Order: sequence, then C-alpha cells, then structure tokens
Amino acid sequence: MLKVENLVVRYGMIEAIKNISFEVNDGEIVTLIGANGAGKTTTMQTISGLLKPASGAVYLDGTDITKVAPHKIVSMGLAQVPEGRRVFAQQTVMENLELGAYYRKDKEGIEADMKNVFELFPRLEERKAQLAGTLSGGEQQMLAMGRALMAKPKIMLMDEPSMGLSPLLVKEIFRIIRNINKQGTTVLLVEQNAKMALGIADRAYVLETGKITLEGTGTELAASEQVRKAYLGG
Amino acid sequence: MAFLSYLISGLGLGSVYAIIALGYSMVYGIAKMLNFAHGDIIMAGAFAAFFAMTAAGMPLIVAALISMAVCTLLGVTIERLAYKPLRNASSLSVLITAIGVSYFLQNAAQLLFGSDTKIFPAVLSGSFSLFSGALSVSYLSVVTIVICLVIMGGLTLFINKTKTGKAMRACSEDKGAAVLMGINVNRIISITFAIGSGLAAIAAILLCATYPSVYPTLGSMPGIRAFTAAVFGGIGSIPGAFLGGLLLGVIETMAKAYISTQLSDAIVFAVLIIVLLIRPTGLLGRKVSVKV
Repeated sequence: MLKVENLVVRYGMIEAIKNISFEVNDGEIVTLIGANGAGKTTTMQTISGLLKPASGAVYLDGTDITKVAPHKIVSMGLAQVPEGRRVFAQQTVMENLELGAYYRKDKEGIEADMKNVFELFPRLEERKAQLAGTLSGGEQQMLAMGRALMAKPKIMLMDEPSMGLSPLLVKEIFRIIRNINKQGTTVLLVEQNAKMALGIADRAYVLETGKITLEGTGTELAASEQVRKAYLGG
Repeated sequence: MAFLSYLISGLGLGSVYAIIALGYSMVYGIAKMLNFAHGDIIMAGAFAAFFAMTAAGMPLIVAALISMAVCTLLGVTIERLAYKPLRNASSLSVLITAIGVSYFLQNAAQLLFGSDTKIFPAVLSGSFSLFSGALSVSYLSVVTIVICLVIMGGLTLFINKTKTGKAMRACSEDKGAAVLMGINVNRIISITFAIGSGLAAIAAILLCATYPSVYPTLGSMPGIRAFTAAVFGGIGSIPGAFLGGLLLGVIETMAKAYISTQLSDAIVFAVLIIVLLIRPTGLLGRKVSVKV
C-alpha cells in the first residue's frame, strides 16, 4: 500500500529525517512512535507531499508520489488527519465534511460516506449545523477524522490523534480508529502515546532523532525492554 | 433635502469604493497579502474601456466586458509572475513587490499611452427629479448603488453556496489543511485575483463616468481610499469591505459638503484612526482568537 524508501528530509542545514525506510501493507494499522522532535510529523508531511524530501521516495500502491502535488495525492487515495486537528473553525461541521470530499464527484458515494461518518461519530450528526470552532477538542478530533474519511481514502495518516484529550476520550478515539481499519481503510498512526498505539497496531516502528531504531509487531515492541524504558514508563 | 441629495451621492461614491475594497479584501483574505497594484488595475481597466469606446467605437456594455477581460487577465498574470514565486517569502518582500508592480504598471501606461489626460466619453449622464423637483438624483448614483448591491449579493452567494466559494473560505482559514482536502490552493488564489480584478474593471468604468479623465496614475487615490475602506470595515471580510466603502463615501461627501473640501481627506482618515483605536480589527473584522 505505502512504501517509504531511503527518505531524507532537511530543513535548511538540519537533517530532520536521516534515511528511513518502512512500509504499510494493505489493511494494516502501523504506528510510528517516538518522542517529541523525533521526526514523526515531518515524515507524515513528506508522505502527504506538504514537504519535499532531499532524497528518497514514497510509493502509494506502487506509484511514485514523491513529486506529485499534495492536493493530487488526496485523490489518489491518501488522506491525512493533521496534527492539532486543524478543522475549519469558521465553517459548520457539515461544511467541513463536505470539504473532505472536495475532489469527489460521485454524489451518491459521498452521501453514503456521510452516513457512515455519522454512524461512527453520532456526536457530529447532532452538531452538524454548528461551527467547527465551537466544538470541544474531542469533537474536533472526531471531525478531523470524519473529514479525512470523506475523501474515501485507501490509507489514512493520523498525526497524534490523542493529543490533548482526556484518557476516556483517547480510548474512544482508538476504538474508532480500529473500527475505521475494520471497514477496510489502512492506517498509519503517529503517536506519542506509545502504550495505546502499540495496543492497536499490527506493526510498529520506533523513530529516534530522524532514524528508525526498532521495528516489530505491536506486541513485540510493547514487550521490548528498550521501548518499555523509553516510552512506556518502565 | 440637500442632506438627502448628499447622502445619495455619498452612497454612489461609496459604492465605487466598496467594489474596489472587495478586491483588496478578498485577495488579503485568501493570499494574506496587500495587493497595492490593485489601484493600477483600475487604471488599466479605464484605458481598456476608453480605447474600446473611442478608437473602436464600441457601446458601453461591450467596452465594459472588454475592460473586465483585460483586467482579469492582467490580475491573474501579475499574480502568476510577481506574487506566486514569493508564496513562502516574508510578507515584507511581497508588499515591496506589490508596490513595485504598481509603479511598473503606471510607468508602462505612461510609456504606452502618454501622460496626458484623456477625456472619457460621457456615459450614464443625466438625472431625474423627485419630490416635485426638490431632489435631483443622478442616474449614475442609482446605477452605481444598484451594481454594488448586485455584486455584493452575488459574491456572498458565491462564497457561501458554491464549492469553489467554500474552498476559498477554507483557504482563507488554513491553506495547509485546505491542501489536505485536495484543494488546489494556487488555483483558488488565481480565481480570487481574477474576481478582484474583474471588479476593478467595473469600478474603473463607474469612476470614469463620475470623473471623466483617464491618465496613468488615475488608480492611486481611489486605490488608497478603497484600501482604507477595506481596513475600516475589517480587511478580509466581504461585508466589511462593503460597509467600509459605503461609510467612507458618505463621510467624504458629507465632510466636503458641510465642513471643508480641503479637509475632507483629513476627516476621513481621522475617522479611520478613531475606529481602529476602538476596534483594531475594523468594524466587521474577525477577532483573532487562538484556541489551544
């Protein structure tokens, strides 16, 4: 589904991503865990085309998308839930969801997906006429996820969906991520909350200052001494 | 009765400011830049309409359409050549570039058409009386106000109801997130410049119908006044540009009528300063609230 090969990303002189390679197979939940500043968001933004790498390549279903404009990558089946949610605060919940389906022309498909989003997130349906900026943090996260689903993605990238949410809401969000995955969407998840992420991931990679230092199944990494010490609080 | 007559001509003048201010405000709202060459696009529109009517002998409506086409093309080209390469540059570089483009257009016009003032053919002249002759209203004022209302209504519908309009609002809020929705931000910015410049052509003709002289720096003063109107109403806000334009026109006309012609500009800017002291984001400007 998604393959990242020898990716190097620089901000001026600083090398943020130092030659990483990983892949996400069809139907998987793969997580990238790591501390603040490890390069998780940079990796995400490079995959979705917002940043251009110094070298290396990103393949989506075998197609090289490294040089494709970011707005076109969306229509190729890759949607991103950005860090910090970034919903359109001045537009209604409904309008936000419609923007998620911006590139699509299949009216019936859009309607069906809208119904599905409202089933996944009943709260959004209750608040569909409300301005997105008036939603709570958890609701905004749900809206950001629903909006990405409206693009009918084959693979969904999620950047820190648990950020700033209460433990109860974090559980809820992770339950929904698993549901989205069961409906057939492949998921690449970036998280600081390693415990929760490893709990639902099929496979995981540990990113440390721009390098992948460990990889394995979610259960393997959760049991690994190194990960327990660094990310799971002993 | 005199008051009513001043009010109507003030609203007429204000409508022209509003149409120009809409261009400033939309471009600012989406591209986050002050396009100081906007006034000179008005000038280009005035020349286009002037030549279409005098040299080619076309009727006003055709000349207006040609002028709109010229301005739209000019606006989009300027954006593509001068502003697009600076998309990630500091706002100061963009501002200086815009001022440069403004001088470039003025000098190019001087080179091409000469610096002498050309007389715009009389259009929409005449007036009608109300209240058995006590109040005389020029057709031009009425036409200008009606056109401004139609534009305002049309733009509001466009921004709120169409897919492109919604994409514009999304770009104005968060371009990065808009890209992730599959919105081609560069295309949206081009459309914004096209609309703003097309409106500048309409303003050019209404302006030349009021003050029938065409010269290379003709856009400067109306441009600056309309920019003031946009700030007055809250830059980036479409209803703000409308309200700011109308108020500015009325204040200017009233100041000229009742206080002093020489002081009218000073009075207009004094009002602007007071408004900005009380409401720094302008009358209808959005409060910038950051949610953490």
